[in-house]
Amino acid sequence: MRAYIIRRLLLIIPTIFLASLIVFFVIRLIQGDVIDLMLVEQVGGQKIDRADIEHILGMDVPMHIQYVRWVGNIIMHGDLGTSIWKSTPVSQEILARIPVTIELGILALVTALVISFPIGIYSAIRQDTGGDYMGRSFAILCISVPGFWLGTLVMIYPSLWWGWSPPILLIPFTEDPLGNLQMFIIPAVIMGMLLSGVNMRMMRTMMLEVLRQDYIRTAWSKGLTERVIVMRHALKNALIPVITIIGLQMPILIGGAVVMEQIFCLPGIGRLLLQSIVERDYPIVTGVMLFFAGAILLINLVVDLTYGFLDPRVHYR
Amino acid sequence: MNDIARDASPAVAEEPKRRSFLADLFIRLVKEKPLGTIGGIIVLILLLTGIFAEALAPYGYNESLGVYRGPPSPEYVLGTDNLGRDMLSRVIFGARISVIVGLSASSLSVLVSTIIGILCGYIGGKFDLIVQRFVDAWMCFPALVILIVIVSLLGPGMWQIIIVLGLQYGIAGSRVVRGAVIGIKENVYVEASRAIGAPTGRILMRHILPNIMAPLIILFTTRMPAIILAEATLSFLGYGIPPPTPSWGGMLSGPGRANMLIAPWMAIWPGLALSIVVFGVNMFGDGLRDLLDPRLRGGVGRYGVKKVKEATKNEK
Repeated sequence: MRAYIIRRLLLIIPTIFLASLIVFFVIRLIQGDVIDLMLVEQVGGQKIDRADIEHILGMDVPMHIQYVRWVGNIIMHGDLGTSIWKSTPVSQEILARIPVTIELGILALVTALVISFPIGIYSAIRQDTGGDYMGRSFAILCISVPGFWLGTLVMIYPSLWWGWSPPILLIPFTEDPLGNLQMFIIPAVIMGMLLSGVNMRMMRTMMLEVLRQDYIRTAWSKGLTERVIVMRHALKNALIPVITIIGLQMPILIGGAVVMEQIFCLPGIGRLLLQSIVERDYPIVTGVMLFFAGAILLINLVVDLTYGFLDPRVHYR
Repeated sequence: MNDIARDASPAVAEEPKRRSFLADLFIRLVKEKPLGTIGGIIVLILLLTGIFAEALAPYGYNESLGVYRGPPSPEYVLGTDNLGRDMLSRVIFGARISVIVGLSASSLSVLVSTIIGILCGYIGGKFDLIVQRFVDAWMCFPALVILIVIVSLLGPGMWQIIIVLGLQYGIAGSRVVRGAVIGIKENVYVEASRAIGAPTGRILMRHILPNIMAPLIILFTTRMPAIILAEATLSFLGYGIPPPTPSWGGMLSGPGRANMLIAPWMAIWPGLALSIVVFGVNMFGDGLRDLLDPRLRGGVGRYGVKKVKEATKNEK
């Protein structure tokens, strides 16, 4: 087990290295723009020319040296660089925004599980009945209705009908838990719907597979009730692959968070990313992308390891 | 089916006995998958709307009619937008954008998946190992994030969107093709072909490619809704197809959102059209996948005692 964890951690290194290469060189293709923007911004005052700005930003050396510097700083000091416009460390910017994105993500996951498990299980044990067709259609509906549209409608109708609109300024959870939840719950439910569509289908497929196993037939012939068979014998085994899928949904979750934070004005990492792209603040963009990549890799690792705890048949070598 | 036809008239028996692959697939879809058939009809309507947009739309998509933010009326069925353009016409022309982006980006993505997948799967070894690490690295970025970053590099525009979406989903899908190729290349007929000295290109074209058609079709139809949604999301965030071209996602952003309290119809119709289309394409793709994926075949009927009872009844 320990050897497996170590090997998996070592395997992450080449992947994250390649990811950092992709991020760094893709983002650097736009680097000219930010200097142009800065030259336009500083009207009057002392004349600073392009070479000076390039020197201050460390862009006057060849790109591969810039890359080595950047990676060196990350490894040696945990320093992701400094924001061009705000002059604050990128890691600080990201850390300040993490709680919002994580709260949104957790609420969305909880919503997804609450919606998807009962419907997925019901769909499987009543396969090819009207209820199953309804459940499956609902699942496809969930992955088809664009979140940004639902979000927009939620902004319109409550305010038209009841004069209620989601709060714009962030309410910290510690100050006003209810107000905070009120802010997060709508975007989280919309994100959760998208995830639950995928989960429902997975849950249904897995349940169907497990329900055809011999030990389920044995359970039936012992005269157990459907409730016991489904809840105790089938569900446990069907859940294992579903958990992996939840891990694989991280990229969808992050993509959803980017959109939802934008619509509902939540100051999370996704909003930081979009804002930095507009401002061409590339240290933040590279930092956030690398952060996402690292988070996704780590969560996938954790999911793989939980697999072993949940399923005693899985052995790590 | 063929037997009945042969009994009925000898002339029919002269016809080729095997229906073409696609016709067979179509008949099975209609017979076995009601949801898939509904999806197929929606896809067909979308295609026709996209192709004949000029004939169907009552006005031009960028034609100001002098009625600003007009509510739905007999004259302007879905209302008009803040620039006095007919919403119905814009939604109809929006279908064309979705069709163009959906079809071409899906085709491109399948092409990219096929090339990467076949090369990695067939050549294997170090080449596969290295390319797969790149695919790994690429896949650990959320699709939407990498799309936004690359589009912001290339600048907005339809062709940029198609290329970026095609590449992104192509790389993600290459795993599926690679897996299928690895399974097929171990077959005896591939080995035999290699033994008689067939060139690699010939083996790939004659033996590998025809056998991965099913996963390729599945890839194409399951990528399509994701791609249509991704285009809409990008356009919504302002990284997609620039106005005045009517993209459903773009119509929901900017003016659609700014005017949504005064003119809610500006935000409702494009989103509704988008939802219905993605719903339809998803159901169609699901139906096709169920028919084509051998792992999902069989096992019809309910689980448990009932099934066992039915099975024993049939045996008698």
